[in-house]
Amino acid sequence: MDHARLKRPDLSEARIRGRYAAERRFRFYGQFAVGLAIAMLGVLLFSVCSKGYSAFYRAEIALDIMLDPAVITPDGKSDADTLASADYQGLVKEALKAQFPEVTSRGDRKNLFNLVSNGAGNSVRQAVLADPGLIGSTQRIWVVAADDMDMLAKGFIKRDLPESERVVSDTQIGWYDKLDAAGQLRTAFNAVFLSAGDSREPEQAGILGALMGSIFTMLVTVLLALPLGVMSAIYLEEFAPKNRVTEIIEVNINNLAAVPSIVFGLLGLAVLLGVFGLPRSAPLVGGMVLALMTLPTIIIATRAALKAVPPSIREAAYGIGASPLQVVSHHVLPLATPGIMTGAIIGLARALGESAPLLMIGMVAFIVDVPHWPTDPATVLPVQIYLWADSPERAFIEKTSAGIMVLLAFLISMNAIAIFVRRKFERRW
Amino acid sequence: MNAISPTLAKMHGRKVTVHYGSKQALFDVDLDVPERMVTALIGPSGCGKSTFLRCLNRMNDVIDGCKVGGEITLDGQDIYDPKLDVVMLRARIGMVFQKPNPFPKSIYDNVAYGPRIHGMAGTKGELDEIVRGSLEKAGLWKEVKERLDQPGTGLSGGQQQRLCIARAIAVSPEVILMDEPCSALDPIATAKIEELIDELRENFTIVIVTHSMQQAARVSQKTAFFHLGQLIEWGDTEQIFTSPKDERTQGYITGRFG
Repeated sequence: MDHARLKRPDLSEARIRGRYAAERRFRFYGQFAVGLAIAMLGVLLFSVCSKGYSAFYRAEIALDIMLDPAVITPDGKSDADTLASADYQGLVKEALKAQFPEVTSRGDRKNLFNLVSNGAGNSVRQAVLADPGLIGSTQRIWVVAADDMDMLAKGFIKRDLPESERVVSDTQIGWYDKLDAAGQLRTAFNAVFLSAGDSREPEQAGILGALMGSIFTMLVTVLLALPLGVMSAIYLEEFAPKNRVTEIIEVNINNLAAVPSIVFGLLGLAVLLGVFGLPRSAPLVGGMVLALMTLPTIIIATRAALKAVPPSIREAAYGIGASPLQVVSHHVLPLATPGIMTGAIIGLARALGESAPLLMIGMVAFIVDVPHWPTDPATVLPVQIYLWADSPERAFIEKTSAGIMVLLAFLISMNAIAIFVRRKFERRW
Repeated sequence: MNAISPTLAKMHGRKVTVHYGSKQALFDVDLDVPERMVTALIGPSGCGKSTFLRCLNRMNDVIDGCKVGGEITLDGQDIYDPKLDVVMLRARIGMVFQKPNPFPKSIYDNVAYGPRIHGMAGTKGELDEIVRGSLEKAGLWKEVKERLDQPGTGLSGGQQQRLCIARAIAVSPEVILMDEPCSALDPIATAKIEELIDELRENFTIVIVTHSMQQAARVSQKTAFFHLGQLIEWGDTEQIFTSPKDERTQGYITGRFG
């Protein structure tokens, strides 16, 4: 062979420099993309948390309340029912009147009473129920401030705005400052937010109703979608004959994964509510609808996980004389579990954040009671967040963000469980 | 062809054909596997020797579009009889694969798996005994007895392959099929496996597919030469390697093709 004409690799400096530069650029693009993604996530989390943290504490006003036996036990009986149903809100109002005797006109008194929440009597009721011996004495009790006072205490209402442009009047600010100066104002942990259902009054609105609704809905979704999805995938991947019918089923499962979620809501409305007459606004129905929506995702992920199990493991098991069921349950499924869990996380996280299909089956209703069972009327976290975001009161802004924080916390704990399961089954090859 | 008396043969293949979809991989193979001997299947890549091996324990059933024709018998019983339970067949005919494929479980569980699913041990003690005996027969006991609870995948390639042999013999099969068991191993590990095969011959009937003609000459008593899906020649190993009848066999063993 003619040696001179043989083509040699170009080993020039310029080529090597160019290659290094291209590699550096490529790495930079990657780092830039990761940095940008982290920054955007950081901004999102910061904006939610900085707006939402204030919902976890609330303003409270201390009042010297005369626990008048004539009001609490009008007919002399002091059984639990009488004690629980007394007009404590009236006692709170009396205490306010006593604190500000100069307020006499009807309109001013109404403004004065608006300093406290119309749930303020609850704190008094609790005090009396805890110790009925207090009846007849005057006690200093911390009651919940109205949402406007709460906003004032948290600095969300600008005092330098003209009076006509704020929700609290100058007189109310005057009373507020007097209470503050007398040490009758404090901010305390807002237990109501984590222990109550929804309310039209921001200071009495809680997330627990929506949280329980989401938990029940997710339970129904997991219990339906995971076994159904995994079993379908195992059958299609391991046992079904490869023919026209299974091919059509496969294509349709893939298509189903792309169907807009609201369509599943319409299906739930027409079939589950319309034909089967299941209860409206119930987590049971919501969970079934979301399970339908999640099924294709879980089936696709499970099939991919099953495919990823090396054929050598299957052959080894068959070679010893394991039956097809034993091959799947002893070898293939345990090895595919991490992949199945990843698919389940993706599917369930999407279901948890879903609101559109739930609107169709009535889970958007205003529900005060905390649900105790999957058939109780309920709403879910994303819908609750939407409802609060739509409310006009200033105090609902922080509730909205706090709701998002609770939703994220739920999501993270759900994922943590899935990651735990995945770790448990992860094996080194 | 020098026929073996039928009473001595453990397995018979008669007019065995295999189709993968529309492609025919085996053409009318007639082959007998004599009992307690090592039968080596040799031939160039793609000649159908592995395909034939996988017919012997119906591993081809698992492959889509694979059709097996003709007749294969084990102790006179047709193994493709629809009434025959393929799981029981594979318990009687064990298999060792080209690449060591231990389960991602402990060494103990790898060997104990077969006896467990076939209900061979009533007590933990019996199972321990089977595991120990199998590992001893596979020449692995001394190396792993201190770490039976460690993953089988943590062993070296040669140890893994011996573990796979231990796993296969733990269910006391009558026949062991080996599909190029040494192709992924170094010469020292290969030598150990070959020694082991020679020992196993006392109790088991062995069919081994190999690419190495030296290996076939060293370990087998019978050799079958496959070419392009046809069985060209089979007989005593010594005869095949010293005085082959067919010129294609001659060409292959002298290294002129393949």
